[in-house]
Amino acid sequence: MSTPPVANARLLPVGPSGQALDLRSLAAHETHFGRLPLIEGPRIGKPGPLVHEIEKSGLRGRGGGWFPTARKIHAVVESAGTRRAWSAGRKPVVIANAMEGEPASSKDAVLLRHSPHLVFDGIQALAATIGAEQAYIAIHRGSPVIDVVLRALADRNDRVTIELVTPPARYVSSEESALAHWIGDGMGTPVYGKRTFERGVNDRPTQVQNAETMAHIGLIARYGGEWFASVGDTKAPGTCLVTVGGAVNAPGVIEVPVGTPVAEIISRCKGFSTEVSGFLTGGYGGAWVATDNLMASDWTPESVAAEGGAIGAGILWALDARTCALHEVARVALFMAGESAGQCGPCRFGLPSLADDLATIAGKSAQMSDVHRLNTRIPLVQQRGGCKHPDGVARFVSSAMHVFQEEVAHHLRGRCSATSTGAALPVEGMRAIPVGLPGKDFK
Amino acid sequence: MSQLHELRLDPTGCDAHGFCVEILPELFTLDEWGYPLLNTGTLVAAVPKDLVSAAKKAVAACPVAALRLEKLKS
Repeated sequence: MSTPPVANARLLPVGPSGQALDLRSLAAHETHFGRLPLIEGPRIGKPGPLVHEIEKSGLRGRGGGWFPTARKIHAVVESAGTRRAWSAGRKPVVIANAMEGEPASSKDAVLLRHSPHLVFDGIQALAATIGAEQAYIAIHRGSPVIDVVLRALADRNDRVTIELVTPPARYVSSEESALAHWIGDGMGTPVYGKRTFERGVNDRPTQVQNAETMAHIGLIARYGGEWFASVGDTKAPGTCLVTVGGAVNAPGVIEVPVGTPVAEIISRCKGFSTEVSGFLTGGYGGAWVATDNLMASDWTPESVAAEGGAIGAGILWALDARTCALHEVARVALFMAGESAGQCGPCRFGLPSLADDLATIAGKSAQMSDVHRLNTRIPLVQQRGGCKHPDGVARFVSSAMHVFQEEVAHHLRGRCSATSTGAALPVEGMRAIPVGLPGKDFK
Repeated sequence: MSQLHELRLDPTGCDAHGFCVEILPELFTLDEWGYPLLNTGTLVAAVPKDLVSAAKKAVAACPVAALRLEKLKS
C-alpha cells in the first residue's frame, strides 16, 4: 500500500506550486496513487469485503442523492430480485455515470480530464466486489472528454473491460434507469416500475454510481475507510467536488472537505465579482437559497437542506444581481420543459405551463392571478412522474418564488430591478417542447 | 384481518383516456391537462372497502393497462 495523500486534494491532487497534477497516463497515476490492490469478489450472496471498508468510510453518492454507497452495494447483491437474477445466470452490471446532465456542473469532466484512472479503478473495484462481468462508463454524446477517456482506457488491461457508452445529451438520460435503458435497449428515457438495482441493463442487477463516487471508491480500495473518513462531515465524510459558477472571480471546480463553510468556498473562488441576488444549489433540479442564509451555512447535504437548498451533484451558482432573477428562472424552466422525455402527462404538459406562467411573471404585465395560477400548478407536477424530473423543476421554481419574492412584488408593480439584459445561467441546446412520444431524440 | 387495497397508476403508460375518472370519481379527478389525478396527489391511493369493485372495473376499463389494484395485508 502506498502512502495515502494527506491534504484535502484527494481526487484532484496538486503539485508543489499548487497546479493540478496531470494524471492522465496510467504510469503517472500509479506513481502518484500506487497500484490498485487485488479486490476480492462476492461470496455466498454477499458483496466482497471492500463493502465493509466503504461502510466504514461513510461514503455517500456524489451524483446528487447522497445515498449511502455501501447500502446500494448491498442491495445490488442481496435483494430478493437480485438473487433471482443471479440464480437465472444474469450477472450484475456496473455503470459509472459521468453524463453530467446538469448544465451548470463540470466536476465529472474536470475529474476525468485530470484523473481518469481513479474513476476506472473505482469501477474495477466495484465490479469485483459485486461480481459484475460488464462495466460501462457513460458520457453524454458530443462531450469533449470522450477523447481523453478513450485514450486513457487504451492504456489499461482490466479484468472487466470498461466500455465507453455515449447516450444522448439529454437531461433525463443521465437518470440511472435511463442509462440502463440506453445500454440495454438503445433508448435513453427513464423507466418506470423497475428498480435498476434489480432489473437494469437487460434485466440484470445494475449498479450505477456517479463518476466522483467511483473515484472515491478507487481511493478507499487503497487506503481504507478510516482514512477516507478522516476529513469531512460526520454525517457525510470525505472530500467533494464543487462546481462554483456565476458571479465569483474564479469560477471552476474545487475539491473541499464536505462541511466546509460556504463562505470559505466562495473565498477560495476569490470572492464575489459583483452583487449577488441569490444562490442556486444543486443545479436545475435543485433549489434557490437566499445569499446570506447560505453564506452562513456549511456545505453538507443536511445543512444546505436546512436552508431550503439541495447540494445535489455539488453545484453552487451565485446569481449576478444585475440580471433579472425571474427572467433567469423562466428561461431555465423552459429549458427543463424541453428536456422532458414526454412520457408522462403531468410533466409533458405541466412543465410548459409552469414555464408559461414564469415568463408572464418575469414580463412587464405580471398579475397576482399569474402568481396564484403558478402556485396551484406546482403541486400538480409533483410526485406524478415516472422519474423525478418534474419534481426537480417544481423545487427549482417554488424555491425561486420564495427567495425572489421581493422581485416578484416589483414585477407585479410593473418594475424590474435588473440593470442588464444579459443571460446568466447556461441553457445551451434549448429544445422545443416535446410532441408525441420520445423518438429519435433519445436514441 | 381485513384486506387493504391500493390503486397504482403508471404515469408513463397513462394516455389520458379518462375512463377511470368516470368510473371512480370518488378517487380520481381530471387535472387541467386532462390526466387523471388521484385524491392523494401521487401515483398511489388506498381504496376504501366499498369502492373495491368499482376500482376493479376502472382497472379493467383502462385501454392502456396503466392502472393496477394491489392487495395489501393489514
